[in-house]
Amino acid sequence: MALTADWNPLGDVFFRKFDLCSMQWSDQVDLQKSIVAAAPFGGPIALIRDEARGQKISGVASKPLIQIFTSAGKELAVIRWNSGTILKLGWSNKLDLLCVQEDGSVLIYNIFGVYKRTITLGQEARDVRVIQCHIFNTSSGTTGAAVLTSSYRIFMVTNIDEPRIRRLAEVPGAEIPPSCWSVVSLQQSTHVLLAKEAKLYLLDHELHCEEQEVPINSPVDSYIEMAVSFNNKYLALFCSSGILWIGSSSLKEIYCEFDTKCQKRPQQLAWCSTVAVVGCWEDILLMIGPKKDWIKYTYDSAVHLVPEIDGMRIIGNSSHEFLQRVPACVEEIYKIGSMSEGAMLFEASKEFQRGSQKADEYIRMIRDKLSHAMNQCISAAGHEFDPVNQKALLRAASFGKCFLEDQKSDFFVRMCQELRVLNAVRNKNVGILLTYQQLQHLQVPVLIDRLLLQKLYWLAIHICQYLKMPDIEGASRVLAHWACDKVQQSGIEEEQLARAIAEKLGDTPGVSYSEIANKAIECGKVDLAIRLLGCELKAAEQVPLLLKMGRNQLALTKAIESGDTDLVYTVLLNLQERMPRGEFLMSIRTVPVACSLYLQFCREHNRPMLLELYYQEDNFQEEGNTRIADSYEDERFETRVSKLVATQDAFNKAKNECATKLTEEQIRLMRFQRKMEEETNKPFLDLSLHETMYKLIVENNQKGVEQLRKDFKVPDRRFWWMKILALSETGDWNELDRFSKSKKSPIGYEPFVEVCVKNRNFEEAQKYMGRVTPENLVRCYVKLGKLEQAAESALQSKNAEDLNFVLSKCPPSNRALFEKIQTMRNQLGAK
Amino acid sequence: MAGISEKVNLPDVQELRHSTRMQLINKLRSVTGLKDLVLDSELMKPLDRVAGASLLKENGVNKIFKLEPSKSLTGIDKRIYLIRATPFLVKMVADQINAEHTEGIRRNYTILLVPRRLHVCELILEREGVYGYVNIDEFSLDFIVLDKDVLSLESPSFFRSFFMEGDQTGCHQVARSLVSVQELFHAIPNVYCLGRCAQMVHNLTTLMMSNSGCELSSPNYEIGHLFLVDRDCDFVTPLCSQVTYEGLLDDTFGIASGFVEFGQDVTGKDQSSKLLLTSHDIIFEEIRNRHFSNVSCYLSSKAKDLQIGYDKRHGLSSVNEMKDFVANDLKALKQQHRSLSLHVGACEKISKGKSEGDFSDILRTEHCLLEGIDMKACHNHIEEMIIRQQSMAQCLRLLCLLSVTQGGLTTDIYKSFKRLFVQSFGFEQMLTLYNLKRVGLLVEAEKTQAARQLGKVAAVVNIPLPCPFRSLCKRLNLIPKSPEDINLKNPNDMSYVFSGAYSPMLCKIIEQVLTSYDGASLEDLRKLMTVPMSLDIKAKSAREKANHNSKVAMVYFLGGCTFSEITALRFLAKQRGYKILIATTGIINSRTFLNGVSEPVA
Repeated sequence: MALTADWNPLGDVFFRKFDLCSMQWSDQVDLQKSIVAAAPFGGPIALIRDEARGQKISGVASKPLIQIFTSAGKELAVIRWNSGTILKLGWSNKLDLLCVQEDGSVLIYNIFGVYKRTITLGQEARDVRVIQCHIFNTSSGTTGAAVLTSSYRIFMVTNIDEPRIRRLAEVPGAEIPPSCWSVVSLQQSTHVLLAKEAKLYLLDHELHCEEQEVPINSPVDSYIEMAVSFNNKYLALFCSSGILWIGSSSLKEIYCEFDTKCQKRPQQLAWCSTVAVVGCWEDILLMIGPKKDWIKYTYDSAVHLVPEIDGMRIIGNSSHEFLQRVPACVEEIYKIGSMSEGAMLFEASKEFQRGSQKADEYIRMIRDKLSHAMNQCISAAGHEFDPVNQKALLRAASFGKCFLEDQKSDFFVRMCQELRVLNAVRNKNVGILLTYQQLQHLQVPVLIDRLLLQKLYWLAIHICQYLKMPDIEGASRVLAHWACDKVQQSGIEEEQLARAIAEKLGDTPGVSYSEIANKAIECGKVDLAIRLLGCELKAAEQVPLLLKMGRNQLALTKAIESGDTDLVYTVLLNLQERMPRGEFLMSIRTVPVACSLYLQFCREHNRPMLLELYYQEDNFQEEGNTRIADSYEDERFETRVSKLVATQDAFNKAKNECATKLTEEQIRLMRFQRKMEEETNKPFLDLSLHETMYKLIVENNQKGVEQLRKDFKVPDRRFWWMKILALSETGDWNELDRFSKSKKSPIGYEPFVEVCVKNRNFEEAQKYMGRVTPENLVRCYVKLGKLEQAAESALQSKNAEDLNFVLSKCPPSNRALFEKIQTMRNQLGAK
Repeated sequence: MAGISEKVNLPDVQELRHSTRMQLINKLRSVTGLKDLVLDSELMKPLDRVAGASLLKENGVNKIFKLEPSKSLTGIDKRIYLIRATPFLVKMVADQINAEHTEGIRRNYTILLVPRRLHVCELILEREGVYGYVNIDEFSLDFIVLDKDVLSLESPSFFRSFFMEGDQTGCHQVARSLVSVQELFHAIPNVYCLGRCAQMVHNLTTLMMSNSGCELSSPNYEIGHLFLVDRDCDFVTPLCSQVTYEGLLDDTFGIASGFVEFGQDVTGKDQSSKLLLTSHDIIFEEIRNRHFSNVSCYLSSKAKDLQIGYDKRHGLSSVNEMKDFVANDLKALKQQHRSLSLHVGACEKISKGKSEGDFSDILRTEHCLLEGIDMKACHNHIEEMIIRQQSMAQCLRLLCLLSVTQGGLTTDIYKSFKRLFVQSFGFEQMLTLYNLKRVGLLVEAEKTQAARQLGKVAAVVNIPLPCPFRSLCKRLNLIPKSPEDINLKNPNDMSYVFSGAYSPMLCKIIEQVLTSYDGASLEDLRKLMTVPMSLDIKAKSAREKANHNSKVAMVYFLGGCTFSEITALRFLAKQRGYKILIATTGIINSRTFLNGVSEPVA
């Protein structure tokens, strides 16, 4: 069978090697003479002419070129190098190109060769030069770089986005160069394995250096090459004697020792997923399995190995191949003589298309395992690169579905969708050679990100829509990236740009215009930014950017329009800090909302400023009020008075006569109270006028009472009430009596009765009954509790309303009285 | 009409509570492991309505503390502060953290700001130097579901902030609460705004809904009408003494987030008792909307019913019946018993308060003020109350009522009252009086020469000044012509909530709008109102189509509403076959309302 033709057994498992695509670069590139760096997950490839390997063109002081290609060999960019000597190229997990120079600096470029930034690995690296370098991905998802200097020290950063340089411990025997080393990143900790001759050391991140015991049986002179697997769990060591040791990176497990019979150091040593180690000598590839099985491939020119999570890519001058262990489901179906359900179904489908009745026979054989068979076919389809095979397998699955009633089609549909996406990105114009398994690992959003990096917006948006991703994660995000990219393009008129962007984006939910505007600001296109911000609906996004651009008034207006006072505050407090005070106050005074907010802020946080604001605005009334409140905050008498004097002044300016007068009186009252405190040694301050007088009456301070009464022109009516209340409370009945006779009461005598009753002195109350005016008599009787008399007097005055009132007060328990009053009422009613 | 009302249902507002609960759980879980919770005291009761202590415990809360100034707390190494986003409270938290820091205590602090994180608060944390070691997050505690038809933001400071200080921060929360209601129950097609704040909130809500991509209209709406009404359109109602049972409970004991606390004088036991007032309390549900005069008779008949229920136990013959009785009836009986005894106690307390002192005099003055008769006597009575130093709150209330019913006091009267008030209750009252003037509760009427003349004549001949309140009374028929005809037992008019003296103005306006289908009468009304009024009607044709939910209305009081208004709206709903959902920024009574605008001095 043709499909298994490229299968090779490695022990009891099969490996297959197939063409991913042919390289479009074929006439431009000679891998033999280049340093190559290819990003995993079918990422881009960077090349630079290797000075050591290539022949120098004599006489021309050549400036090297860095070329960047897609995996399919389509050129993305060329960088004309004019910096230091490049030691190593590599890709970060965000697909930035890292160029490590001899002086330990790492220049970072994007996928289109646009310079982004430089990080360095420290002064020492710069001084003594770097001789080797590794770029690695950590288990926490960052990309790091480690360099070996000519003094045989290792410096490392584990995250190039937040570079923090660490020097690792020194290895004993400083004069001997390390024979090989590698970075191993496992669970949060990243360490280096370093071999010196026959000794292996582990350098961890805490400056420890520990010699490792390698469980190896063969004698070892020197380890000259090592390779760590994609998941950092496995390790291969190559000895100068030609022995290859394969085991776990913790050195605790050993899988095999294999004699390659080749003492030459391999040009490359790499893992194929986690199942085999591949060494590359010139034009020979040797794959060694964990059980000493091996396969040899020969090439006619140099190749470059790229380890992947599920296999290994082999890049050649004209071809691009994938080497992997044949996935189980594929093996089940295609293996010669396979009797698995999937294989049967696949056969059945083929027979069916051929119109043969054998189809039925096959189906009958797997009748009760059809569902499983289907899944096998679907899975296998995923692992196939060729759409023809994909289709055949999927057709088989769908054929199987005809025989099942309640089979869920989710898996089938999802696989079809994902394959369609995969085939699209594998297209030679896109050149992302991703396997199904790799996509599962990366996830679709990351794939979209990579498409965005390559500026393949059209494809990205179609994938988002095809997979029905929510707009916010999908289409809108793509559009926003597109717009950001658009903004950065020079040579287009800003006006036109703004229109183009607004047209395309419209009101798409989830598009953040402010993000795009921010990009525009970064490019110095302020007008464009403002135009874009005009489309931003969320004021909370808009305002901070406007502030950033110094459009203060606009920011303030937008904040106020949003109705979100918190935003207004943000603007105000920001402006307050940045502007000279006078200017700041001028800019807010025309905006009432801002003004009142700022006043409110000052009221709580900045009283002096509050007073100043009121003063400036000629708002003397508010100034006065503020000063009153302030006067109560103070302890010292004189300060309080002086604050009130200022209050009086403010009220005066406000032409508020009444308040001025009251303040003036208050000052007088306080002075009087102060005097009383000094004389009597009792607290008076903070009592009202009424309370002060009341207290003086209670204390029988005639002189004081009289003075206040005169000074504050207390009307008789108030004074009398005050006095009888005070006297009754102290129980000074004689004085009350005397007072009642001092002159005719301006408030009548009912209050006298009332206060007596209130203090439960009914006898005393009786005294005043005679002087109560007739119209109040009934009520006084009621207050005294003499309902019968009350009723009679009401009858006398023929007042039905009063009589009803008495009746309402009569408790139902007193039946006799109740009836009596009712008769009275009837009498009145009759008349 | 009965046929229609059967179909109409209020949306299930418990969903709002549910989503708040879920949010709280998420916020609590975002801090892993055990943690202490420090609560702003004003959030305690509202939070109680959202989640009980057991829910907090389930989600890793170790201990609950109350946030108090200058008090050091012990506790474990993780702590969540749940506080309202006010500068004062944030400062308090910052002080506490700083104090612990200087003592060398290191904790993991999270501050949850209610209802949202504000820049000002972050600024304070930054200024106090604790910004670096706290996590700041927000907890959008919007509507507290007080009952199946009452939602409240429980944000009593809203009135003061917006109407007095011009601070619109609160509008955001109101708008967001409306967004969340419409997210759950679909966009409300007809919106009526009464007042400045209402309009602002409506605009903000629309903006927020379109920003977050909500539908702006839907044929499946569950609420047909939304009324947004500003408190400052009607000051009269919150100034009146309440006479319905629920209103009186609030006036007498104070109801906080649906909880009332009865002292020993009510419980008759050694300890006070907390009672949750909702429609689940079947006795309370029966009496809450009644005029007080009609409450005790129900309670006594209920007492007899309960007795009969208890007596059933004598008639039990078999063990099974007995079991059944204990399992079902007894528990319900016990519950009702407890509730009944508390309500009876509360009634006694209220009656006592009413018969005591000059309650009846005050009520008479109040009614006179509403009707605009006997002004001279009213003046004298208020003056006498001040002279006699009777409760300042009462004096202030009547003064304000005097002012708002008359459209302001003449300069002379205003000044003399101001002077009297300040001299009696202290100079610091200047500030309170000024605040009242600012919001329009107690104002000096600015009069032209001619009007001043008229004013003088009016003062002499004892008639009220012409003012918007009077014309509104006439136009809306707020004051029944013959209060005797109002049946307090089986209410036949909305004014029963004020003993037949007055119908709450806003409720009357809502009635007008709901029942009149021609724009003309609204136009007419708009002329009378001194505040802006606007309509945003999207479902005009839908009314004919009779989506039965057009009979569901939501009324949102901006700046608080009283229980009397809630009762009036319930009455309106029942009378006209509507279902009305009442929302408010907070529940107020005359005391809390005036306290809110008065100025406390150190």
